[in-house]
Order: sequence, then structure tokens, then C-alpha cells
Amino acid sequence: MRLPDKVVERALLLLALSSVAVLASIAFFIVREGAPLIYRVGLSNFFSTDWHPTAGRFGILFMLVGSLAVTVGALALGVPLGISCAIVLGEMAPPRARRILKPAIEILAGIPSVVYGFMGIVVVLPWIREHLGGPGASGLAAAVILGIMILPTIIAISLDALEAVPMSYRDGSLAMGATEWQTVRRVVLPAARSGIVAAVILGTGRAVGETMAVVMVAGNAVQLPHSPLDPLRTLTANLALEMGYATGDHRAALFATGIVLFLIVLSLNGAAGLARRRRRPRPRPRRTASVAGVPASERIPPSPVSDP
Amino acid sequence: MADVPRAAKLRTDGLNVHYGDFHALKNVTAVIGERRLTALIGPSGCGKSTFLRVFNRMNDRVAGCRVEGIVELDGQPLYRRGVDIEALRRQVGMVFQRPNPFPLSIFENVVFGPRIHALAAGAELEAVAERCLGAVGLWDDLKDRLDDSALTITPEQMQRLCIARAIAVEPDVLLMDEPCSSLDPIATLRIESLMRELSHRYTILVVTHNMQQAARISDDTGFLLLGELVELGPTATVFTRPRDRRTEDYVTGGFG
Repeated sequence: MRLPDKVVERALLLLALSSVAVLASIAFFIVREGAPLIYRVGLSNFFSTDWHPTAGRFGILFMLVGSLAVTVGALALGVPLGISCAIVLGEMAPPRARRILKPAIEILAGIPSVVYGFMGIVVVLPWIREHLGGPGASGLAAAVILGIMILPTIIAISLDALEAVPMSYRDGSLAMGATEWQTVRRVVLPAARSGIVAAVILGTGRAVGETMAVVMVAGNAVQLPHSPLDPLRTLTANLALEMGYATGDHRAALFATGIVLFLIVLSLNGAAGLARRRRRPRPRPRRTASVAGVPASERIPPSPVSDP
Repeated sequence: MADVPRAAKLRTDGLNVHYGDFHALKNVTAVIGERRLTALIGPSGCGKSTFLRVFNRMNDRVAGCRVEGIVELDGQPLYRRGVDIEALRRQVGMVFQRPNPFPLSIFENVVFGPRIHALAAGAELEAVAERCLGAVGLWDDLKDRLDDSALTITPEQMQRLCIARAIAVEPDVLLMDEPCSSLDPIATLRIESLMRELSHRYTILVVTHNMQQAARISDDTGFLLLGELVELGPTATVFTRPRDRRTEDYVTGGFG
């Protein structure tokens, strides 16, 4: 018997909507559990440095700083590595090398985060302890592990962006006598820029959200890290460590932390979506007078870049 | 009419090109005259584009492509170890079938070549842009929009921009692969007259599927059939008194 298209269409739509419903209910429950506490203690207390849940003081600032610090560190490692990897895979590697490297990177994405954490404990922590000092368990260790963990995301999405660049751009550039590298740098990367920005943003989201591996290597001390070698605690680690025994306001405070994480990840994903949709060439950095005879000194100077 | 003696810009002798097992060009011997506009005609798949791309070695990009025989630019062999392909492509520019401006600003498109070959910098680039956009008849239309994306202009303007980009490095030869095939008839006529103008300064080799176009614009015409260069001579001769029966059949619409 053949199902009418309309029925199939409706059924599929319903299933598709269910994922939206799950997202909506997650948002609803964490807000319901966490928002009243933020309202009660006030934003300034909630974003203070004072985290003493047993004493009813719920300031998450140190954890927020910890999350930001390891994320920035992870990006510093993962972005250059990931984008270079995507360029090699997409533009330079011979097909045979690609056939080996691409699945390898996909496997990297499939390794459970606890395994990354384990590798961190047996490889990264001793190395830091011996060569750089400190306890080993630190923001730096978390950043290194996270930097590797976000590679598959950054590589896969950057690679998609590079592959979406029409071959005619490359042909045009090479036919002008550009080298392969000039073609990549001056034509392919600008053309793929929005997709690569999206890749970085999604990698950021993954770094902010990762929990298990970070708990295992970051040391988890609630404090302001003064150096990359100091232990720190991230928002996600705090949730994972304390949710098991938290009750009452403490539990509500952890849900409130969840709201913060949810907002960060949601806005990062939104930003990634925007970046992917926008396809505009970079404006010329310095547009001087269009008349060719005017000496450079009489031309309009470039507008100073204002720091935000 | 005897062939007019002229300086050979490009020359092939016993040129064979294979794509894997496919024999794309068979024993092609040809002389392309300097500062002449040579049109290549023939049915689809006859090897016109392959022949064109022999001269800037863009065939190197195709996996499994083999080029044998003599290919020369100004008497210098192009397929020898140690040939500087980037320098060759600077000397032999190319315009593609579909306009392919880069997704950069109009200005950056024009100065792309001068930038990568370090021919000009700073304010000189502005002069290059004005000169080249002027040469293709775009300066007046686009001089106030130089920072706009090159993807915002009309297809005809895009193709003109691609020509401007190609001549910005002052090449000797322009290869054009059906440059009008994605344009409307009026734009086609205008690009054709631009090609005529440019042929006074450049050696132009143009592939076209349009015999009327070849007859309208070219000094010389070459007819390719199944990988063979059947005939190459002054356009008037090829169209009115072809030497080969197959050419006659083709230009009179006998087949193809």
C-alpha cells in the first residue's frame, strides 16, 4: 500500500519538530530551575567571585573566567592547527593522502571525551609538571586537550567551506600565474571565509561545552588562575562536580550556571549561522582618492581603527 | 590566396595530447601569428579547449593528461623541465567561458595579477586599475564602485572585468575559451568588438562554437575535428575556399 505524500510529509514534519521541542523543553526546565535563584541573589552577586554554596553564596565569576581562559587557549592551539589541516586536506594533499587523513580525523571526533581526559592525565600532566612546573593539572593542560578535541569540528567545517569554493576561482587564479599558495591565500580563503569563521565559532562552542576531559585535567580549584600553570575550574566542570550532591539553592545555582552556558552556546551557534549566511567580499582596506594623478600625500589617510 | 608571411608567436609541431586512454589532439602542427586574432572552430569535443590550454599549461591540472610534441612560445619550448609555469601564465593570459571574477572587490580583481607578480604597489595599483578597466570599457561605469564586490555586476561587466584582470599583467598572448557563450547577443557583439580592439596589441587565440563569430572577428581560423587540426589559415580563405572537404562541409553547415 502506498502512503499518500501528505501523510509522510506530516509525519516527518512532526518528527523534525520534536527535536525543536526537546530544545525548547531543555531551555524551559533550566530556566525554571535556575532563574528564580539569579533573581533572588541578584546579578551582581551571581557574577561575583564568592562561591561558597554551603554558606549560600553563589558567585560564578571564577568559573566563568576559567571557562573563557581554557576556551581562548584551546582556540589558540586548535584554530591554526585545524585551518592548516583543512587547507592541506582540501587544497594540497594528493587524493591518496586524503583518503587516509580524512577518516582519521573523523575517528578523532568519535573518541569519547573521557579518553581524551585519560590521555591528558598520563601524557600532558606529567609533561607540564616536569618541563614547565606547577602541579600539572592546570588551565594549560585543559587548553591543550580541548585544542585537540575541537580539531575535528574546525577541520570538517573548514573543509566543507573550502570544497564549496568553485573550481573556477582556482583556475582563474592559477591561470593568472599565481602559485598554489597564493591561490589559497588570496582567493580560496577569502571565498571560504564565512564558512571558516563558522567553523571557529562552532569549535568555540564545543570548547566551552566540553566537561569530562576538562574535569580530569584542569585541577578544578575555585580560584582566579594567575598563570596558565594554575589549576582552575570551568562552568561545566563545576556542574559535573557538584550536581551529584547539591540540593536546594545550591542545586538551583547550578541550574543557573546552566542558563549561562546555554546562552553562550546558543549565541555562538547563532553567530556561526550568521557567518555562514553572509557572503560578502572584504572591502579594500585603504581606498584612497580614485584619481590616479594625485600624489599619495594628498590622499585621504586611512581612517584610524578604533578599539572597542 | 597565399598565407601572409608573419611572425610566429605560438607554434606546435607534432603535438599529441592524451587524457588517459583518450587521444584528444592528434599530431597537431600549427603556427599562430603574432598580434593576430585566431579563432578555433569545430564541433564539441573536438579538442579546441584542449588545444587552447596547451599554451598556458592549464592542462597540467588535469590528472592523467599527457602532452607530447613541440610547443613553443616565441621559439621557446613550453614543455621542458625547468619551465617557470607562473612566468609563462603571466605572459599567456586566459579568459574563461563563464566569467569567473574572484569574490573580491572589483579593484582587487583587476590588481590581482600585478599584486601576485609584484609588478606594482600602492598608488601604482590605482593607475593599473584605471588603465585596464579603461581598456575594456568599464572605467566610466565602475570607477565609483571599485570597492563593491565583483559579484554584483552584470555578466557582461564580469567578463570585461576578467579581460581587464588578464591584461593587467601585460601579457603577450590572450587565450579565450568561448568568452561570449554565457552572454546575451548584444553583450556578445560588444565583447567581440573589444576583442578586435585588443587584437592590435595582443596575440589572441579564441575558441568559439559560433562560426559567424569566427567569421566576424578573426584574422585566421583553425578548424579542429576529432582531435585533428584539419585546416588553419586566413579566415576568408577557410570560409570561402577551404582546402579540405571536411572544412567545407562544416562551414557550409553540412554537419555539426
